[in-house]
Amino acid sequence: MTLFRKSIARASLAVAGAVVACNAFAADISGAGATFPYPIYAKWADAYKKETNIGLNYQSIGSGGGIKQIKAKTVTFGATDAPLSGSELTETGLIQFPMVMGGVVPVINVKGIEAGQLVLDGPTLADIFYGKISKWNDKAIAALNPGLTLPKTAIAVVHRSDGSGTTYNFTYYLGAVSNNWRVNVGVDKSVEWPVGIGGKGNEGVANMVSQTNGAIGYVEYAYAKQNKMSYAKMLNKDGKTVSPDGSTFQAAAANADWSSVPGYGVILANQPGADSWPITAATFILVYAKPQNADDVKSALKFFDWAYKNGGDMALELDYVPMPAAVVEMVEKTWGEIKDASGASIWK
Amino acid sequence: MLDGVVKVLTRIAAITVLVMLGGVIVALVDGSIPALRAYGFSFIYTESWNPVTEKFGAAAPIFGTVVTSFIAMLIGVPLSLGIAIFLTELCPPRLKRPISTAIELLAGIPSIIYGIWGLFVLAPLLQRTLQPWLISAFEDIPVLSNLFAGPPYGIGILTAALILSIMVLPFITSITRDVFETVPPMLKESAYGLGCTTWEVVRDIVLPYTRTGVIGGVMLGLGRALGETMAVTFVIGNAHRIANSLLAPGTTISASIANEFTEADGELYTSSLIALGLILFVITFIVLAGARLLLARMKRAEGK
Repeated sequence: MTLFRKSIARASLAVAGAVVACNAFAADISGAGATFPYPIYAKWADAYKKETNIGLNYQSIGSGGGIKQIKAKTVTFGATDAPLSGSELTETGLIQFPMVMGGVVPVINVKGIEAGQLVLDGPTLADIFYGKISKWNDKAIAALNPGLTLPKTAIAVVHRSDGSGTTYNFTYYLGAVSNNWRVNVGVDKSVEWPVGIGGKGNEGVANMVSQTNGAIGYVEYAYAKQNKMSYAKMLNKDGKTVSPDGSTFQAAAANADWSSVPGYGVILANQPGADSWPITAATFILVYAKPQNADDVKSALKFFDWAYKNGGDMALELDYVPMPAAVVEMVEKTWGEIKDASGASIWK
Repeated sequence: MLDGVVKVLTRIAAITVLVMLGGVIVALVDGSIPALRAYGFSFIYTESWNPVTEKFGAAAPIFGTVVTSFIAMLIGVPLSLGIAIFLTELCPPRLKRPISTAIELLAGIPSIIYGIWGLFVLAPLLQRTLQPWLISAFEDIPVLSNLFAGPPYGIGILTAALILSIMVLPFITSITRDVFETVPPMLKESAYGLGCTTWEVVRDIVLPYTRTGVIGGVMLGLGRALGETMAVTFVIGNAHRIANSLLAPGTTISASIANEFTEADGELYTSSLIALGLILFVITFIVLAGARLLLARMKRAEGK
């Protein structure tokens, strides 16, 4: 009998231990969504865990998936590259804010053209992706590149085959500079591409471009840089030629009027400014204004606050652009709208 | 007592299969109702696949699925039968073991590996060699010039079909080899004794004797080709278009679903993808039913 009781006591201890372990596990922040910011989120999470022992469980399943998961309330926060509109935010009771920025760059693989030699402008890029311009020595391209000998090679367009926030930002830019694109193709996370082949993910596009002579595609800047791909320079809205790098992304972000759109849903494509890279993009976080579990959201906000304040250098290292301090201040003011069950604000 | 338990357990196992199959059908039909209601029958023959305007049609993925599988079988079946015949009739015993093992290993390679190999090795190779040759060789021949029109991307319908033919090879080969071995040696020996050549023995004795098994193996291979996802997604080019040229990029049903499901937002988009799944299910069902019918007819013709 005593033996039996002892083993029961031991078992209940074990159960208690398991519960404690579960609690420790539950303290991890859970989120899902965009793949574009995944590298920097992972890096931040790693550093944050070392400081606070709170981990981040982020599934990079894509922006659409992130929106679905947060709507299904299976995660504490969702992440998306394509911002939700003001009406969608009110409808769902979500709060949206930008987390970090980056750039999308056209990458090319044309024999005889070195990295950064080629210059394109928005309408020409749109015509290439529409199939109107099909040879590299087309007049429109030649006019932009007077000093360059262009080959007669056929242009092979490479686009994303999976739905993607990158595609959203890229097509948004094409739509902004080309009426034809906006009317006939449109802007979305995946569109009906008039020409070209689809590669899965940034790496799929990068790989397809690097092994096809005459190819042009679009990838996140980090991919172009890491794979040492030839990129094209762009003429921006002010008519100046710019190269993609941290400083031109930052220039585009500096001119943005974040308070002009509900949920900070500013698309940074085609921003004015002499140094602005035209295809710059922000990525967004979604949380509920009246979350079921306020503690989880609070711990997520603490992480975001930490990342805003301490994660800037890490972001720059990975070729992302941190949010300016003024924007962070606005965002954190918005966090005051997030309330727990009793109606009290959970942030400050 | 024990017998009863076995009876109950095996029955449960058998019923589980039916329940799962039924569950899949119900889920597919239920999920595709919004799409089928919105587009009706035109879903099947519409080529457009436009997430922006939410106009979806399954023609391009159906076309890609059927064409890639067909070409894969066109290449894969004769090759598999050749290997099986060589192994059972002609192969020196010393070689039999290594070749059989190699084929079984081929079956064990995960499809993602085939995909990566296809993208990084096979596609660039085809782009440099086979595809330019096909384009220039058939340039002046009316129908074939359309079928092999450039530019050589490396990836496309033909590349996907080639990868598929390699993937179905081990399935068809191992099954046909096994059934070839069931042919009674006496039958073969008698035929040889009458002075038949190896080809005559294969054509008149082995193949007729094992017809059912061979067709079963081919069907299993076809099933794999129709449903294969990852390897095809890597090399088919993922374009929702029906092109005349086999070198052009296309898409298949399973590749479309794998590519687009995570980012599909909006009820119609998701529903259209599920409807694609339902169509694949129906195609597979038709293929299997067709095979059964064929076998039944052959049996009747034999007067058994």
